[in-house]
This record gives sequence, C-alpha cells and structure tokens, in this order.
Amino acid sequence: MNKSPYVIIGNGIAGITCARHIRKYDSDASILVISGESEHFFSRTALMYIYMGHMQYQHTKPYEDWFWEKNRIELKKTWITSIDTTKQQLISDTGEKIPYGTLIIATGSKPLTIGWPGEDLKGVQGLYSLQDLENMEDNTQGIQRGVIVGGGLIGIEMAEMLKSRGIEVTFLVREKNFWDTVLPTEEAELINRHIRAHDVDLRLGTELAEIISNGNGNVSAVKTNTGEEIPCQFVGLTIGVTPNISLLKNHPDIQSNRGVLVDKYFQTNIEGVYAIGDCAEFTESPGPNRKTIEQVWYTGRMHGETLAYNLTHEEKVSYKPGIWFNSAKFFDLEYQTYGHVPNNIPATLDTFHWENEAGTVAIRFVYDKTVGTIKGINSIGWRMRHAYFDKAIDEGWLFEKILTHLDKASFDAEFATKHTAAVIQAYNTIKKRNVSLPKKGFLKRIVTAFS
Amino acid sequence: MKALQKLGIALFCLALAFFSFLPFIGQYTLTAELVKSNVKDIHQEQMVEILEPMYGETYASNFAFIADFNSYFNTYNDALKANQEWDAVIWDNYAYALTKAAAESPVIDQPWLHIGITLILGSLGALLYILPLYKGKLPGIKHDGIYFSSMKSRGLLGIFTGTWLILFYVILYWYPEYLTNLVLMVDPISMAISGNPASQWFLYGLIYTLAILVMGVRMFKKYKGNPYQLLRTASVMFFQLAFAFLLPEILMLFNMPWHDFKNIWPLDYSFFYDYRLDGMISSGALGMFMLIWGIILIVIAVPLLTYFYGKRWYCSWVCGCGGLAETLGDPYRQLSDKSLKAWKVERYLIHGVLVFAVVMTGITLTNYFMEFELLGQATNQLHSIYGFAIGSAFAGVIGTGFYPLMGNRVWCRFGCPLAAYLGLVQRFKSRFRITTNGGQCISCGNCSTYCEMGIDVRWYAQRGQNIVRSSCVGCGVCASVCPRGVLKLENGEEEGRINDLPIIIGNKSITIKN
Repeated sequence: MNKSPYVIIGNGIAGITCARHIRKYDSDASILVISGESEHFFSRTALMYIYMGHMQYQHTKPYEDWFWEKNRIELKKTWITSIDTTKQQLISDTGEKIPYGTLIIATGSKPLTIGWPGEDLKGVQGLYSLQDLENMEDNTQGIQRGVIVGGGLIGIEMAEMLKSRGIEVTFLVREKNFWDTVLPTEEAELINRHIRAHDVDLRLGTELAEIISNGNGNVSAVKTNTGEEIPCQFVGLTIGVTPNISLLKNHPDIQSNRGVLVDKYFQTNIEGVYAIGDCAEFTESPGPNRKTIEQVWYTGRMHGETLAYNLTHEEKVSYKPGIWFNSAKFFDLEYQTYGHVPNNIPATLDTFHWENEAGTVAIRFVYDKTVGTIKGINSIGWRMRHAYFDKAIDEGWLFEKILTHLDKASFDAEFATKHTAAVIQAYNTIKKRNVSLPKKGFLKRIVTAFS
Repeated sequence: MKALQKLGIALFCLALAFFSFLPFIGQYTLTAELVKSNVKDIHQEQMVEILEPMYGETYASNFAFIADFNSYFNTYNDALKANQEWDAVIWDNYAYALTKAAAESPVIDQPWLHIGITLILGSLGALLYILPLYKGKLPGIKHDGIYFSSMKSRGLLGIFTGTWLILFYVILYWYPEYLTNLVLMVDPISMAISGNPASQWFLYGLIYTLAILVMGVRMFKKYKGNPYQLLRTASVMFFQLAFAFLLPEILMLFNMPWHDFKNIWPLDYSFFYDYRLDGMISSGALGMFMLIWGIILIVIAVPLLTYFYGKRWYCSWVCGCGGLAETLGDPYRQLSDKSLKAWKVERYLIHGVLVFAVVMTGITLTNYFMEFELLGQATNQLHSIYGFAIGSAFAGVIGTGFYPLMGNRVWCRFGCPLAAYLGLVQRFKSRFRITTNGGQCISCGNCSTYCEMGIDVRWYAQRGQNIVRSSCVGCGVCASVCPRGVLKLENGEEEGRINDLPIIIGNKSITIKN
C-alpha cells in the first residue's frame, strides 16, 4: 500500500505538527493539509488577543506564509464533506475529489450545547474557530451586557474579552466555584475573587434555563434556573467542547463514539486512516489519570509528533504521554499545573496549600501520605520550571526536599518577590514539621544583615 | 477616558502646537556689529561686507531673513567656487549663529512664559493623562486595544506623529537656523546649569530628557507590579538625567569638555576624533580620566558585563537611545518587523555600520598619531560622511522619527555599531539567555509581537529552545506578556545555554531529539 500522499484534514496544532514531523522524517512524502477554517495555521489559543486588540490575525500565525512552500507542505482551503474509504478519496463541498494514501483526521472540537431554548438566536454563540471570532466581533458591536454560561477556560477568556471592550459581563457558573471540576476549592475560590475584582458579575451555582428573544430573532435576556431574568445582548455558551466529527456522521465505516475511536497508535478501525488531537477518542486511556479524549494544545502537539514518527518508521511506538502538565491564564493570574492534582484529594494522598496575603499567589503540593513523594503541584501567580517538576514527579522526589528548593524550581522573573520562606514557615506551622529555610549565600547574608 | 485625561491630552496638543509655531514668530535685524561678534576673526571682514545689504532692514520672519542671508552668502561663495579659489571660500556655516543673533523675539523678553506654554505645559498635560492611567486596575498586561489605536498601529495619528518627528530631526540636524527661537527660549535654563547660552543640542537634550522622564512615569503605571520593568525604567531615567544631561553641562561650567561618561565608542563615534582627544588630553587629570574611562568601557566593561549579564546591562538599563526607545518608544514596540527577511537585512546593515565605524576610527587614529602626515585633514571628510549618514540620518531621523512606523528600536536594531559589538559578545560568549520553559508554549505570538527588536521569539519558544540572539536587548517584555509563563531572562551556566536540538518535555513516546 502506498502511504503517500498524506492528507490531513484540519490545520490546527495536531494536524500541523504531524505534517511538519512527517516532512522532517521523510523528505519525499507528498503532504497535503486541508482546512475550511483558514488558509494558514494559526494559534487558536490566541484568538482572544485578536478581539482584545493585543494582536492582529497575522501575528497569531506561528510560521510565515513562505514556510509551507519551502517545506513542500501543500495547503488547501476547502471544507471536506465526505470520505470514501474504499476509493481512498475525500470529497469537498465544491465536489472536488482529493485522493489520499494515508488519511489523518484532525478536525478538533466544537462548542458543546445541550439544546437550551433559544440557543439558535442571533447573539448566542460559542468560541472555538476563527469564524466564531468573526461572529463574536459582529455580535458584540455596541452592546451593554453579555452573559457567559459555563465556568471553564473558554468562559473566563470570553469574559475577559468582553470586559476589554467595556462590555458588562454576567458569568453563570453551575458549580459551587469557578472550574472546581478541575481546581481544588482554595484555588477555585481564589479565582472567584479575582474574577469579581475585575467587575464581573459572577453567579456561582447558577444555571441557564432559557434564552429569550427580543421578537426579531436577537437575544434580549437569559432566564436562570432560579427564574431570574438578566437582560443582555449577547450570550456566550462555554460549558465545554466536544469532538468535531460531524464529517463522519454519514460514514459509519469509520467507528466513532464521542470522538473518532483510535488505538494507542492513533489508528482507526480502517487501515490507513488515523485521528489525532481533540477529535480522537482512545479506546483505552493512554495512562493513569489520563482521559480518553485529550483536548488541550499540548496533547494535540504530542499526538501529531507521535503519529508522524509512526508513519515514517518501521518500528511503531505507542502513545505514551509523560508527566501531565497544563497552563492557563485567568485575567491577570497565570496558572500552571504539573503531575496529578485532583480537585478532591483522595485519602492516600496528602496536600499542602499556601496563599499569600493579597490572594494573588498560591501554590499547592500533592504528595504521598506515607512516603512523602511528590505527586503534583498547582501554582497560581507563580511561574514554575517545567523541567524541574517533570523530573521531580517522574523520579518521585521527596516533597519536603522540594520545599527547600523552591527558589530553584521557580521560573518567576528576576527581582520578583520570593515566597519560599513564607511557604516553609506556613508549612511548618500547619503541618507541625520542622523544615529549615534554604541557606542564604554569603553575599545575601551580608546584604540582609544590613537591611 | 476620564475628563482629566482628556484635558491633559488637550493641553499637551496645545503645548505641541505652541512649540511648533514658536520658531516662526519675531523679527530679525542684522547689524555689522552682530556679524563681527558672531563670526571667526578671519571671516569678519568678508562677512561684514557680504551681508551689508541686510543691515538696517527688519525682516518679519526667519524665512525671509534666512532666504536673504543664504542668497548673499551663496552668491559670494559660488563666485569663488566658479573661479576655483577654494581657499577663499567660507566653509563655515554662519546661518544659525547670525539668525540667532539677529532675532528680536518675545521669547527673549519672556523666556519663562514661553517655556511655560511649551515644555512645562506639555509635560503637565502629558502627566495629567499618564497619572490616572490604569487607576484601580490590577497589575497585569495593559495591551487592550493597541491594534485598534490609530496612534499605535500606523493609523493617521501614528503617521502624523512620525512625520512631525522626522521633520523636527531634519530641521534640528541640517537647518537649525529655523529653530533659533526655541534655542533662545531655553537660554536661561542653560545659563543656570552650565553658565553658557544654549545651543540647539542643549534644546534637544532638554526635550529628550523630559521625554524620557515623563514617559518613564507612564512605564511605572503600565508595569505596576513588575519589578524588572520598574527597575530598568528607573535606571534609564537616572542615567539620562544625571549622566547624559546634567553632568556634561556641569562639566562645561568648570570649563571642561562636554562629556557623557556612559556613552561608549563606537556609538560615541567621535570619541577618537582629534578635537575630542585634544580636548581630553588638555583638560588635566579629569580629562585623562575621561580618556582612560572611555577606553576601559570599550575594552573591559563591554565584554565583561556582557559576559555576565548580556547586552541588556547597557541597551535597556543605561543607554540614552535605549532609554528613549523604552519610554517614549514603548507604545510602538509592536511595530517592528518580525520576518526572516528583516533579520537578514538587519545583520548586513548593523555589522556594516560597525565595520564603517571601526575603519573610520582606525584611519583617524593612525592619522592622528602620524601627526596628520598620512591624510592631512582628509579624515574630516570621512567624519562628515559618517556624521551625516549614520550619526544624523540613521540614528536620529530614521531611528526616532520612524518610531510610529517601524517600531522603537530601528536604530538599535539596524544601525547601532555599539549594539553590534555588544551583540557579538552576547551571541558567542555570555551567560545570558532567555530560557524557554519546557513544553508550555502555546504559540500565541504575544512574545514575538511585542519584541521591539523584531526577534521571532515564538519560533524558539514553541520548539522548547532557549533564545540566544545577538540583537536581544533584554527588555524582558516577551517574558512579561507571555500568558503561560514560558520565558525567563536568565544569567546562568554557559553549558546548555544554546540547545540546538531541544526536546519538548511531556511526550515519552519519542525519545529522539526533536
């Protein structure tokens, strides 16, 4: 079977990483990337910055336009409407037939909706694609208030976007605290306070019941599950995303569940057809504490890297993600996480959480209750070194030893306030331990002696 | 925008209008006495005669006065040139000195009133706008709406500002006679500091320093809660005020040569010119110190400090050009070209200027030590070419005039020979790098967009690779704007600083180098 041409549907991080790496390993392969969304690869995570005026669309493109021709990665801007796996060809919405040797489905996600009354009104939308951003630009011209539904990463981004344009925001969050399906209570509460400090009307424990029309097909208010009506001209639906596999609806030959079903080599049930990124669903979890659908930037990249390797090498490797990591930014607060930090700490693990007085910096360690080895860390407003924690968690370093090395583990900018001493003092007090402060250097001792 | 801020903008614009209008008021009367006292002894006789038709006449504008002056003066010189009597030609430019001497203007009678409605009103207006900025806002990135702003994204306001700056520089460097009213206006300030009347360079230095101080306050507001940005802004404000502005003027008060102790050859390209060397050598112990200090900076300080801290110790903490770029120029940092093509042009240009400066200085010094037997006064020709093309046109007109068009570091990036020298050390022998934090990059592009030097920071960050580039001035803004905490300016071990084959952390399937 001839593998080439490699045809990739979707030019997001997963599809593009795969294309780049196929080229890296195989200089002869013919590679085609198809997208109806945009001509070139852009960073989806940067869409918010276009709306906020920090950047223009062109700045979100990680590679200059000449890059693709130079690397002989052919690009085609068209929507694919169907896949013919027997003839090995794709059919576009203009009727064009595109043959493939190997097909890689990397169609990403789409906003999840659950059939609220009024969710099709004008001014109601999710945010995932470039087209969504264009709609949002259009839908928010000259409006006074927007309502965001769903306390997750896209919801808080949308809130920040609207606030940057001086639009009032009511933020409906079903859970007790913001994103507390992922964040432990203390972190979630810290973010609650930060959201409110940005003058967002945050409604915790509140759900959307229906969206009300003004009679002309535009949204004019939402009704919550408590019966309250909140007038608004825009509704952002951000309760989550779901694999974008509408392309497969008419193709039961490629098996899918919520996403396209793949094994640990990203192979679907049909030979020569693969799926990676947000749209793929593993038949078996790729590791302990890993989900079967991975929908973050970093996993998309790793899927792409791994599949490209397998397509160009005789000996296949299975997808083995390392220590989990992720990051986000909630208005002004950066968040990083490494390893395993569940929102409810199970009995086998212990945890230590510290927050500064201003409530702008927080750190949480999760460690083994009996042997004290580190399992995971959350940090807010405090940048941490990925390489340090990747190694520490992988090798099972003692948590108390890491406490004394926090200055080394920190990735904060030079001259930033150091929190190590405060963290250790708090730990010793709360856990009745006696971890000593890291020794100061000779020069530092002199400086502190005089100050 | 609050009412107070609007008032501030209005006052600033008013002050700018007064400042732009002032050069053209007043009248001009020339007398033989004025000519005698303002030209060199050897030219007195001719000049008094050449300008004779102008005596007693009262000109209503400097345009008319300068036009007449040029017409008489050029007629005289052209005739000599036609007869190839080169030695008799008057090469000195007296237009500026005589226009200043002939001026009868309200700014002479009431300098403080005019300083008040231009410099003071302008600074106050700007501060009224700046001080309430981000009031009540939490510390964080303040880039909302930059690309919707006409001023900051090459809109009409930006083009207008750029045009004004370019015109100002062209007049300042090549037609200072049109600025005499402004120079007369600041005479009392100059007299108070150095005991000398002001020159156009004093006027320029004063405005330059004011711009750094006022826009430095803006940086304090914008980067609230960001110690690195606050410290380096305070540093450039201090070095400009103390070392570039006050100290040289105070030296003049004590009959010492004007000297900026933090300026370094080859940015300070005239350091080894004969008149500078003679000036320093003939100024006693302090003069000798100037000379030795200047050489220590070039030979020891640049390589040593750049080895430990990168070129940032100078470019974004000390340098005056950098100081203006980081304060007045900060609103324009996103306009630098990030393309690979621009990087190629940059490398040819900046190293070309470095070679030019080194060769010129080499020839100048050789000639100097051979007591001018090698080339006579011919090096002056070379100096004027460099002064015109690099010192004035590139560093000034393009360097600052193009802030709103090509970003705030055009000179530092494409032209500054000292930046090229510092950059070579930084690239090949330094502990400085911008560390990329494992696999956390999301390729959003904030770092590249806000890099004033046009470095495509993201190119490296998304591959998990450290950024080691000769042009990086270490302003730290890429690290500040990164939403995921991926970048950190660091001085550390040389080993592992340049990782040509980085591995992005997080994927255990592939262990081969990325």
